[in-house]
Amino acid sequence: MAYVAPAPAEVEEVELYHAKSFITKYVFSQDAKVIAIQYSFTAIAIGVVGLVLSSMMRLQLGFPDSFSIIDPADYYQFITMHGMIMVIYLLTALFLGGFGNYLIPLMVGARDMVFPYVNMISYWVYLLAVLVLVASFFVEGGPTGAGWTLYPPQAILEGTPGSGGGIILMLVSLIFFIIGFTMGGLNYVVTVLQGRTRGMTLMRMPLTIWGIFIATILALLAFPALFVGGVMLLLDRVLETSFFMPAIISMGEQLEYGGGSPILFQHLFWFFGHPEVYIVGLPAFGIVSDLISVHARRHIFGYRMMVWALVAIGGISFIVWAHHMYVSGMNPWFGFFFATTTLIIAIPTALKVYNWVLTLWKANIRFTIPMLFALGFIVTFVNGGITGLFLGNTAIDVPLSDTMFVVAHFHMVMGVAPLMVIFGAIYHWFPLMSGRMLDETLGRIHFWVTFIGAYSIFLPLHYIGFQGVPRRYFEMGETNFIPPSVQDLNAFVTVVAVMVGFAQILFFYNLFKSMSSGEIAEKNPWKAASLEWQTPEQPPAHGNFGDELPVVYRWAYAYGVPGAKDDFVPQDMHPDEVGGEGAHEASKE
Amino acid sequence: MYVAVALVLVTLGTVVFHLVNPWWFTPIASNWGFIDTTIDITFWVTGTVFIAVLLFTAWCTYKYRYDPNRRSVYEPEDKKLEWWLIGLTTIGVIIMLAPGLVAWNEFVTVPKGAAEVEVLAKQWSWGYRFPGKDGVLGKTSVKLIDDDNVFGVDPKDAKGQDDVVIDDSELHLPLDKPVKLLFRSTDVLHNFFVPQFRAKMDIIPGTVTYYWFTPTKVGTYNALCFELCGTGHYLMRGTVIIDKENDFKAWLAEQPTFEKSMKEAARAANQGFAKLESGQAKPGNENSKRVF
Repeated sequence: MAYVAPAPAEVEEVELYHAKSFITKYVFSQDAKVIAIQYSFTAIAIGVVGLVLSSMMRLQLGFPDSFSIIDPADYYQFITMHGMIMVIYLLTALFLGGFGNYLIPLMVGARDMVFPYVNMISYWVYLLAVLVLVASFFVEGGPTGAGWTLYPPQAILEGTPGSGGGIILMLVSLIFFIIGFTMGGLNYVVTVLQGRTRGMTLMRMPLTIWGIFIATILALLAFPALFVGGVMLLLDRVLETSFFMPAIISMGEQLEYGGGSPILFQHLFWFFGHPEVYIVGLPAFGIVSDLISVHARRHIFGYRMMVWALVAIGGISFIVWAHHMYVSGMNPWFGFFFATTTLIIAIPTALKVYNWVLTLWKANIRFTIPMLFALGFIVTFVNGGITGLFLGNTAIDVPLSDTMFVVAHFHMVMGVAPLMVIFGAIYHWFPLMSGRMLDETLGRIHFWVTFIGAYSIFLPLHYIGFQGVPRRYFEMGETNFIPPSVQDLNAFVTVVAVMVGFAQILFFYNLFKSMSSGEIAEKNPWKAASLEWQTPEQPPAHGNFGDELPVVYRWAYAYGVPGAKDDFVPQDMHPDEVGGEGAHEASKE
Repeated sequence: MYVAVALVLVTLGTVVFHLVNPWWFTPIASNWGFIDTTIDITFWVTGTVFIAVLLFTAWCTYKYRYDPNRRSVYEPEDKKLEWWLIGLTTIGVIIMLAPGLVAWNEFVTVPKGAAEVEVLAKQWSWGYRFPGKDGVLGKTSVKLIDDDNVFGVDPKDAKGQDDVVIDDSELHLPLDKPVKLLFRSTDVLHNFFVPQFRAKMDIIPGTVTYYWFTPTKVGTYNALCFELCGTGHYLMRGTVIIDKENDFKAWLAEQPTFEKSMKEAARAANQGFAKLESGQAKPGNENSKRVF
């Protein structure tokens, strides 16, 4: 069975925009790789703010009598901004704006994104959104303390901190974020659909690209719901419309509102908010598949099922949103439908876990740092995933919702697990981006402290949730059902959290030191088969692939092909060069 | 090697922690034991998967650790294995979902004889209203709420006159009698939760929500607000006291009806007005509910 030569290019290449000055090259850049790095640095910088905020709230929870500088209003502002920053401004921006921009053109064999100019604007609008968010810390009354879900009526009423300028800037920032994201997102989708090189069929794309692609489609469909919700809430706040506001007495005073529905906002919010979980999750699923495959030196197990599972999860994620609202006061009969869809989504998700683990089976595993983080992801994701089966089941959700169990669940599954992937991905692709290796020893210390630390922070918090410890409590005070040991646990968790926070300094030190003086990376140091490592230069230059775009002959997972001369066969290696009988095997999909 | 050991330790550590840690459900004091049972079932199913997946991973990391002289096995798909795993997972999901849906059906189906009691939430305190002798709660409106009529009961509605109004955070309920709590908020979202009763529901201004349960143990319980409701959220506490029926009746008989409370308020207002005229009292907003 001979290989089929790819068809000749049907369309001639479009001339790239070639920047000449420093400013157009590195500041107002249209090169997706530069934009990716701008996105990543901005996201990580605001993420550090989110991390500091979480330490502040942990200090209050761990030692409620020792930090008189933190008052209840501060506390609620910390938790709100921590949540919002981490979910939207860090994770969404880093996975899609950062990894998406860097990897999509390189992995599908394109010279750049399809719309480079729009791509550039996307970053600058995102930066504006971040700046508006930061500005809310400095207005009178401070940032909003309404909880990251911004539920009305309280988000815009006097009894909530930051109901003055804070909430307005928060909503404006979100609106900017969505505008910026939409420009980037359209780019990612069109580039995946239209920008692939010859031979790169959809079913030959690396799972990283599949994950980012599906997540972007979800985001393009889900963010508009948040957008309209945000605009309506802004109108309620500024022009005193009543979209979400019924007749209300606030602080003993009859307000002018009447006739609105607070639950409507929750539906809009979670119609965005649940797919958002997968907007963060699916790129992580995709990236971790590639990390596992490359470092285990084995093809991903059940590639086609992995792709269809991503598609299925993406689709079902739009009909599960109200599982966040079982006890919201919506029509209780909705519970049957949403519990069923929610537990069904566990099936393709579980299949992904099985296939990651089955990729390790019969593999040849190298315990590099990216592999360690991938294993850390499997542990935290399995743990966080199964607690989702508790909360997704309506009846069980009743006693557990709004307890620390929920906090522990979503931190494990969409905080720690995706962060494991982000770290793994940075260790994996750093040599490509910078041409240098990260320090191995520092990396290993960073992994073990972060993984063991984060796991011991969130595992015990589930159990005090059973006990009935609520989330979003400034202090527990006196109750007759919470034993004193809960306070001891809180102190322990705070100490570990602060340690894990400080361990990140190691990571940043490693990052900055290695950028200038790290060991020079050899070409394709991990011996990966996907296209981004096959560029003529490392790091890839402007235009990515030199004079000629690569031609793809096979999938991205040709590891351990029998008879091939090496234990991996790059996607663009001509079948005649593969050697042995492997040539035939590897030319199949 | 050390990675495999670490993975085994994490897995076993999690199991041991689950078995020995001191935190678990508060002892149940209502009829919702079936919710606890569903949780136990879910623990068994998910716990098995957790242990199996992670120990298998650990075994793989030991057995298939890197050897430069070896290659991984190239067999991209095993359809049969994948469908088996999907099938088993589906069975696991059904085992968890079925009892969950049965429990939820019970939770949303209020028994006919359940007594109705209203819980009124406002930043950051609780009030309660019983229907009185006619067994029907009178009409209310947020627009009617003022310092005297804190529940906003319609004074023109005859059914509201005998309502028992309790402007205090302490609620008494009779043992072993199913009760349907009706929730109303005057300002923002709240949630009335007693961990021992397991039931929980958000309270939404502009609409009435509910849940039902049957208290099964005499005692004093903390009720906490479980939906972020502003700066004073964590201070919004109530007390539920489950009494034997006679004690409950005695307590209820001491509480004022709406009619009576309005008359007293009117009398107090007249006296206050008289005092004000004679210069004994200063007008002021001493009743302000703001905590801060």
